[in-house]
Amino acid sequence: MPDLGLTHLAAGIGAGLAVIGGGYGIGKLAASAMEASGRQPDALGDIRTSMIIAAALIEGVTLFAEVITIILALK
Amino acid sequence: MFSSALIDSAGHAASASNAIADTARVLTAASSAASTNDVSNGSWIIDHVADSHVLEFQPFGEIHLPQFPPVHIGGLVVDLSLTKHIVMIWFAMLLLLIFVRAAMRSYRKNELVPRGFANAVEVIVLFVRDDIVVGAIGEEGKKLLPYFLTLFFFVLFCNLVGLIPYTSTPTGNINVTAALAIIAFFVIQASGIVNHGLVGYFKGLVPPNIPLFVIPVMIIVELLGLFTKPFALCVRLFANMSAGHIVIFSLIGLIFIFHSIFIAPISIAFAVFISLLEILIGFIQAYIFTMLTALFVGLAIHQH
Repeated sequence: MPDLGLTHLAAGIGAGLAVIGGGYGIGKLAASAMEASGRQPDALGDIRTSMIIAAALIEGVTLFAEVITIILALK
Repeated sequence: MFSSALIDSAGHAASASNAIADTARVLTAASSAASTNDVSNGSWIIDHVADSHVLEFQPFGEIHLPQFPPVHIGGLVVDLSLTKHIVMIWFAMLLLLIFVRAAMRSYRKNELVPRGFANAVEVIVLFVRDDIVVGAIGEEGKKLLPYFLTLFFFVLFCNLVGLIPYTSTPTGNINVTAALAIIAFFVIQASGIVNHGLVGYFKGLVPPNIPLFVIPVMIIVELLGLFTKPFALCVRLFANMSAGHIVIFSLIGLIFIFHSIFIAPISIAFAVFISLLEILIGFIQAYIFTMLTALFVGLAIHQH
């Protein structure tokens, strides 16, 4: 089944690429948030809230990609 | 989620490279397991997370849920049979009822100082009120507080109920999260329309003082945005909740794929770690669902 094998390969590569993108995005976000809360410890609560929201938005896009790859893999 | 795809691709890669010399003994073990039991096609993962009409209590047996004939409403055929996830929603509701009733009892006895359960519930209620609703919407958001509290506690209990043995996560079913997202959609639109009027709300969707030629594009983008926001809410919760369970299930499944008892300690250690992570994710996703709904309501109420 070469076609099925390629589909699984595509799903695996796609899942990995999506994770790279999402991980990079959330990593940058967390780094900036840490830096900001280090500079201004008073604003810790606000920074954490907006960080979680932004992380959720990034993660949402990543999860769209992961859902597509899992549909590919299970077809 | 991605680990399941990795297992699949590993199995197929191994069967393809059988002709080539066997460098990796592990991979051949995986491929032989795939050919004998057919565990690597991924259907067992879907069987685990998908909805079904059977409540499994292995090794004690299983309960077949009652089935009803489909109801015809107009041209629609609606199957109202009980499924695993519906029973789990009821279970979550029952737990929530017991939890909140226990908290209420403490307030009846001594009116001012909460004790026991009431303390825990009060912390969460105050967090939802002050940090989520008032933080994202403002003081007028307190009118919507019952909705947000219901949403938060329902999503939280649905997320956590799947971690009890023999249960499954109702929020890992896209129909449940879609229903929550549809309710959120109507709450967002209704709060906007109540505050600005029907015409004012839709006029206010397009930001003022923009060049004339951008307006047609903005109208399309904003109208699409009305629907993509709840859609993202729905998929985010569904994907997060089913992803964790697929990862746990795949880690346990590694033992059966490799046919080796030596994999078990590693598998179980990772599965315990992911299970603990799931508790955290259950709270975070309930918070994010409520927070984003509140944020969208706030955007609809305070346009610009």
